[in-house]
Amino acid sequence: MSATDIPEASTDPRSDSHSLERSAKRFGDTFFRGLSTGSGVLILLILAAVAAFLVGLAIPALLADPETFQFSRGQSFWKYVAPYAFGTMWSAILAMIMAVPVAVGIALYLTHYAPKRISSTFGYIIDLLAAVPSVVFGLWGIAVLAPAMRPLFLWLNEHFSWIPLFAGQVSGTGRTIFTASVVLAVMILPIITAISREVFLQTPKLHEEASLALGATRWEMIRQAVIPFGMPGIISACMLGLGRALGETMAVAMVLSGSGIISFKLLTSQNPNTIAANIAQSFPEAHDIGRNQLIATGLVLFIITLAVNMTARWIINRRKEFSGAN
Amino acid sequence: MSKRIEIKDLDIYYGKFHAVKSVNMTIEPRAVTAFIGSSGCGKSTVLRSLNRMHEVIPGAYVDGQVLLDGVDLYAPNVDPVRVRRQVGMVFQRPNPFPTMSIKENILAGVRLNNARISKSAADELVEKSLKGANLWNEVKDRLDRPGSGLSGGQQQRLCIARAIAVEPDVILMDEPCSALDPISTLAIEDLIKDLKEEYTVVIVTHNMQQAARVSDQTAFFNLKAHGQPGELIEMGPTEKIFHNPDQKATEDYITGRFG
Repeated sequence: MSATDIPEASTDPRSDSHSLERSAKRFGDTFFRGLSTGSGVLILLILAAVAAFLVGLAIPALLADPETFQFSRGQSFWKYVAPYAFGTMWSAILAMIMAVPVAVGIALYLTHYAPKRISSTFGYIIDLLAAVPSVVFGLWGIAVLAPAMRPLFLWLNEHFSWIPLFAGQVSGTGRTIFTASVVLAVMILPIITAISREVFLQTPKLHEEASLALGATRWEMIRQAVIPFGMPGIISACMLGLGRALGETMAVAMVLSGSGIISFKLLTSQNPNTIAANIAQSFPEAHDIGRNQLIATGLVLFIITLAVNMTARWIINRRKEFSGAN
Repeated sequence: MSKRIEIKDLDIYYGKFHAVKSVNMTIEPRAVTAFIGSSGCGKSTVLRSLNRMHEVIPGAYVDGQVLLDGVDLYAPNVDPVRVRRQVGMVFQRPNPFPTMSIKENILAGVRLNNARISKSAADELVEKSLKGANLWNEVKDRLDRPGSGLSGGQQQRLCIARAIAVEPDVILMDEPCSALDPISTLAIEDLIKDLKEEYTVVIVTHNMQQAARVSDQTAFFNLKAHGQPGELIEMGPTEKIFHNPDQKATEDYITGRFG
């Protein structure tokens, strides 16, 4: 509204605060509606642009004659990408198995066991862990964790080699998929912890009291009221963690000495590489169709991540009526 | 089962705050006892001290005795978890577990403490508890639906069914109708009258007509002044408290000449 409107408005008796007529455009409403709609559209556009880029540059690799490939010449693209897709999911799954119970445990401790003072300081430290750059985790993985894991590997190999996971010749460097997964687990721990903690704090007091009044112990109360109520949130938290584990590049590229093989063995020097790490390691030497090949693997990673997220949404929606949201 | 509660010289504290001062009373079995009084006078605190639920607030403690058929609930070797199994509670807002079906809600208490129950026994218990809460006919065809899909009054009766499923000796009700419409309230009041055949029932209410309608004994709590601990002013048969109280404060409160 410009300054010249004001005297005009005040002389017109109908435009005072008693008027029921629709006033001229409310600038604030229009502006913020435009801003929020625009932001929503923008993220869709960015996503579409990324997808278009990936598909556009991946198609040449998908259509090309495998004999012209730079990487794994003579094999189809799917044969080329399969081990990396496997390595990506295998390392992420291992990381999740290690991180989720610990993260949920920490979140429960912070919200339901720890004294107030400890819980706020502790929570702050967890958040700090999320701020450590992945290259630092990579350095730590190579310099500290890998050598430190060696004795554990030897012990596991000696006593449990009858389990196929722990069979084979133990790696001399310790830079195996197991070590890489531990690094990933440490990296995704803070995000899962932070979100789970927020979710657990949201549990209605009423439900906790309902459980206690039935004669539940503290742990039973957590199992009966807190965890079921927080389950959708825990799943969301896990998906964010999983997304990070699937896409993590630097730390894996540094720690893992991998190659294009499929192997479930955790302790040997023959390890599958991940898609992201393989792209980072191979891109500097890639040219022509080789670039397209790597971008096509990127597209596969994109699709895997998308599929994981959609599965999670589906799981959450399936139990919607029991979610406590109604 | 139904047990007598005797409260002897009970003082309740939240940290440094002295909430309730030297309460002495006897709550008879197979009867409904109503606690009335203005907000903040400690009646809910006293109610919660009867199954040690006030202890969920950090720093809460009591001085004195609460005897359940002669056994002190605050003796050092008493486990609050076991106390709550014998003294059930229904809250102001209906709070069925939203993540559970109607049936699972009923069985929630029974399945605690690693107890196992056969499927037929479970079905029997669900039916018996829901019938005991006058809810069976309304929900028998949808036992596997979420409890949160019921109306407020039905949810509250579900909570009562859940409380009686563990076969407590005493049922405490903390303003059980204050979030309900008049028809649901009536249903709960009818239910309360049925419950006293088997249980000791203690109810906190702000609704004096309700106290007059459902209770056999009434206890009136009051504060001397703001910041002072709440006290039991007078307790007696409901008829007497409402028509011929001994204390001036009680009469003022009953007749609405209060505060």
